[in-house]
This record gives sequence, C-alpha cells and structure tokens, in this order.
Amino acid sequence: MDRRRFSRNMALLGAAAALSPFGVARAQAQKLKVGVILPRSGYLGFIGQSCQKGADLAPGVIKEMLGVDLELMNADFESNVDTARTRAERLIQEGAHVLVGPFDSGAAAAIAQVAEQRGVPLVINIAAAPQITEQGYKFVFRNFQTAGDIVRNGLDLIGELFQATSTVPRSAVYMHVNDTFGQAMSKGIHALLPMRTQLPFKIVDDIGYDPAAKDLSVEVSKAKAANADFLLLVCRLNDSIILRREMVKQRWQPMGIVSPGSPGMYEEQYFKTLGKLSEFSISNVPWYNPNAKLTKLVERAFKKANPNDNLVFHGLNAGFTFEAILIAADAFKRASSTDPKTLADAIRQTNITEKMTLGGPIKFNAKGQVEGIGSACVQNLHMLPSVVLPKDAATAKPVFPVPGYKKA
Amino acid sequence: MPALDLVANVVVSGILTGLVYGLMALGLSVIFGVVRVVNFAHGEMMTIAMYAATVLFAALKLDPFLAMLPVAAAFFVFGYALQAGLINPFITRPEHSQFMLLVAVAIILVNAMLMLFGPDARNVQVDYQLDSYELGPVLVDKARLFAAIAALVAAAGLFAFFRYTLTGKAIRACADNYLGARVVGLNVKHLYSLTFGLGAACVAIAGCAMVLLVDVTPPLGPSYTLLAFVIVIVGGLGSMAGALLGGVLIGVSEALAGLFIAPSAKSMFSFGLLIIVLLLRPQGLLGKRA
Repeated sequence: MDRRRFSRNMALLGAAAALSPFGVARAQAQKLKVGVILPRSGYLGFIGQSCQKGADLAPGVIKEMLGVDLELMNADFESNVDTARTRAERLIQEGAHVLVGPFDSGAAAAIAQVAEQRGVPLVINIAAAPQITEQGYKFVFRNFQTAGDIVRNGLDLIGELFQATSTVPRSAVYMHVNDTFGQAMSKGIHALLPMRTQLPFKIVDDIGYDPAAKDLSVEVSKAKAANADFLLLVCRLNDSIILRREMVKQRWQPMGIVSPGSPGMYEEQYFKTLGKLSEFSISNVPWYNPNAKLTKLVERAFKKANPNDNLVFHGLNAGFTFEAILIAADAFKRASSTDPKTLADAIRQTNITEKMTLGGPIKFNAKGQVEGIGSACVQNLHMLPSVVLPKDAATAKPVFPVPGYKKA
Repeated sequence: MPALDLVANVVVSGILTGLVYGLMALGLSVIFGVVRVVNFAHGEMMTIAMYAATVLFAALKLDPFLAMLPVAAAFFVFGYALQAGLINPFITRPEHSQFMLLVAVAIILVNAMLMLFGPDARNVQVDYQLDSYELGPVLVDKARLFAAIAALVAAAGLFAFFRYTLTGKAIRACADNYLGARVVGLNVKHLYSLTFGLGAACVAIAGCAMVLLVDVTPPLGPSYTLLAFVIVIVGGLGSMAGALLGGVLIGVSEALAGLFIAPSAKSMFSFGLLIIVLLLRPQGLLGKRA
C-alpha cells in the first residue's frame, strides 16, 4: 500500500469512526435518550420539580405500555432563559435524541432555536406563547394549548362560572406577570375579551409585574384602589403566594381571584405555604382527566414513587410532561430509529388516543401544534384543587363570590 | 391621578421598607468608612442571616425579632474572624485584590447556601405577619412596621456606640487617620476587625427583619449587594446617616415609581436616581468630598 492510498484509507476510517455515534450507531440504538430540561431551581423551581415527577415516572410506565426503553438525561435550567439555551446545547452534545420541556415560554423559545439549528426534535410539555409554533420550525412540537387557546377556553369558563353561580361582576382588575407567557396571555385577553359579549365585566386597570418580584405591596395597593369586583390574574407560583399574602395584609377582599389560565394557584406549594388562605382561588387551565385509563396507570406509578404525595397537585405539570415523553417514545417505537429527522417525521404522524389530559387525541397540525386540548375550571376547595366546571367533569360546585378570608 | 390615600399607603410602605434597606446598607457603609474595603459579599451575608432566622424559627419557634440577638452575636464573631483572618492581610494590597477576595467569599457563600438549604424559597410564618394597623385611610403592615423600628433602634445603637464609647471613638480615629492611630498606639487591626464585626451584626439584624417581608433563596444575595451599593452611593459612601437616608429614598422612590409609572419600572427608577446623584453630587447626599 503506497503512502497516498494509506492516507486515504485512514481518512475514510476516521470519517466513519467520527460519524458512527451520530449516524449508524445512533439509528440502530435500542434505547431512546430523552433530554428533559426543566426549571428545577430558581423562581419556577417548585413547578419544575412537579413536572420532573411526571418525567421520572415515564420510563417505567412507558416500558409497560409500549415496551420501549428510555433513558432520561435531566437538566435544570435554573429558571433562566440563557441557561436553558446552554443546557439544551449540552444535552444534544451528550447524545440526547429528543428534548422534552421546559415549562416556560421564554425558555421554550430559546430551546426551540437550538433544537432547530441542531436538527433534534423538541417536544414541549408546557409553554403557551403562540409564536413558538409560528416560526415554521420542523423539529419543534407542542402538546399544550397556546396562550390564545388558554384565554379563549379560560374566558368561556369564566362565563360558565358566572352563569353557574348566578353572579354578574361588572369590573375586573387585571394583574399579570410581564414575562413572555404573561405578555402573550395579555395580548390574548385584550383581543378576545371585547368579543365575548356574554361576559359582563370590563377591565378597569391593567397591572404588570416582575414574576421574580420579592414584594408586591405597591401592585396590590394599586389594584385595590381600582375598586374592581374581582381580580383577573395571570401569575406564576411564587408571585401568586406573595400576592395573596399582600391582599390579606391590605384587607382587600374582592369577589374572588380568577385566573383565565396560568400556573400557580393549584400548585401544592400554594396550599402548603398559604394554608386556608389558598382556599377558593380559581384557575381555568388545561387539566388532566382523572377518569382516563392512562391516568389510573400513571396514578399508580406516582403513588408508588411518591407515597406521601397526591397526583392532584401535580396532575397538570406531571401529566403534560409524561405525555411529552410518551409522544417521543411512541414515535421512537414506530420509527425504530433515533435518527433525528426520522424521529421528527414519526412525531409529526402521532395519533395517540389513550391520553391522560382532557381533550381530543394527540395529533400535530402542520405547525407542530396539538389542537383541541381541553380546559377545566379548577377551584381550591377543602385544600385540594377540584374541578368545578365543565359540569360533566366536575367533582364539586363552584363557590363565587368567595367568603371572606380567615387567618390561616 | 391616584387618590391621596393610595399615595400615602404606598409612601408609608416605601419608608418602612427603606429603613430596613438602610440598616443593611449601614453595615456596608460602616465597613467601608473605617476599613476602606468594599464588602462585595454583603448581600450574601444578609441572605445567610435570613436563613439563620428561618432555621431558628423552624427549630425553636423563635420569632425573627428575638432571633436578632443570637444571629447578630454570631455574625459579629463571624465578621471579626473574617476581617482578622482573611481581610486584614489584604488591607495594604491593591484594590483589585481586595475586590477579588470578597467576590470569591460571596461566591463561596452562595454555593454553601445552595448545598445546605437547596434552591427552594423559605420563609417564616409568625402570627402577626398578615396583620396591619389602620391609621385613618393608611394601612400599616405590622411586620414591616416592626422591622423598621428594629432597624431604627439598631442604627441608633450604632450611632451611640461610635459617638459615646471609647472604642467607638478609637474606631473613628482609625477611619480619620490610619497612621496617626497607629502612632498613638491604637491596635488598628483589632479595631478593623471590630468594625467588620459590627457591620456584619447590622446585616444580621437587617436579615432577620427582612425575612418577615420576603422569602429567602440563595441567589437573593447579589441583588441585595447591588441594592446596598446603590443606597450607600446615593446616601454617601462612609456616611452612616447617609445610608439610612439613601435606604428611605430608594424605598420611597421605588414605591412611587411603581405607582405612577409602572410596577416593573421600580428598579429602573432607583438606578436613574443613582445616575442623577452621581452626576450632581458624586460624593452622595451626605458624603464628604474626597
């Protein structure tokens, strides 16, 4: 063998070796590596940990359901969008075949860019900003309502709530976090509310605030001064706790606190921290179906893994995170490959009818968005988030206006 | 235009919070005024004091106001040891060395807190935390009022110490003339350590008060360090009265900015105030011209 041929053969060998982890070996993998990226610390930490509970159940339950082996690669993005981007990069470098997460819209937008550039599928568990699936991305999929859908369903449920309780509030003060999610929700509310003629109230003040705020006394003073009948709130978890405490300090008792679709007030930490003050808060949110067959399966696994915990506090977070991993696993099973493009094509063809959350089957439209996900009106009653509307899924009757608070 | 009672409520809340901010910044100002070292771990130290208050509350049901004494004593010892063991050798070194030293201390403290307490927020829940006094149209948050009173008492104690005790006068002498203090036989290094201990005790009291107003997480420290800098620069670096005044000004201006402009513009407004003070009176409102 002459020197030139030897060099050429070595170059070919090198190229084959270099490509093998990304090509041949990857396509024939027996195990799907799922990069789960969540905010397990920082101001979204509690919700991130709640989502993680759903992810942790997935390998066992999905193995039982589909016979597919999953390996979770967990990453905490510390409630920081820049960290989310770098964590996503690292997960891909370390061999993740698909990314799942991240609960937050700002982080989802950042991770979506990375996923698209690197050609690795991202299945979004929870994030509502509509623009994420409006960019023409080929590797980004979302099994969660967009802000527009959340608001539409949330406002309709507010109408049903007023009807069910025979109340006619005339005014609302609207308070919202001013992050990507909060702004998307605000846009939706201001666009859709005037069209909902069945809703009798007008927004008399619009107060945005920092989701990482440590003190909301000024914001609550301002809201109280608006003298509105009820508080329409788009919040996160920590701020909703600070806000509720501040309302009590400032002796502000509107007819109720109603979220047209945001996290926070149905979370376990809200109940734990506020005690009885958590009672009667209302959230109109995408929710899980407690009677679904898959829910029962997940509930069993959840109880086994978290004997002192109750799925009802994690239903939304854990449910949508579990379903996101299920989507990836189902696609992997059909594609029999971890090749990113093949996986993305398989995800696009998803049709899962046995699901945990409310609404129709999991099917992606051309933009990578699942349509027809249902919402429920969830009110905190007897220290548990309880479905009060729609009537066919309700486990309790709605209470509105809410009784005055007592010291927790 | 917001109603007058709303403005009054917001201003009162701003003053009370500002006094606690002021006490926190007072510690920074005292340390810089005497030792001439800028404590970049100041906010982190306050965060540790907040955690100490939550731990004492969880373990012994000790009210944060009662916890102020043991926590301040522990912080005094910690501050003294930190100055004597770590910072004193750096006194004559270039400023960038001192800067890096204290930034390193800050990073170590944040990571130690993360390891010890995790990333989750903690708080204390005392009986009076959600109560308020009604003074005509003004509602005064009980916990905030008590915290402000504690800040005033601690600040008054510190003023009295520096003005009326021999040790306090000796410390002031060190601050005025380092060489002169050594010539007359003062143990300057010991006095520096005492000063750092006192500054740390101030932060401890501020932390115990603050834990009644906000939940504590390890990453809280840097934002408080920054806030303390803004306050002492506005009030005048090295001026004790200036620190309190700066705290109140920042507290009130943030509250009013939240009311009149937008709640999310609160921090922007305090930094705007900082720039104006730096342009018009670089030594701060009550600071002495160098």
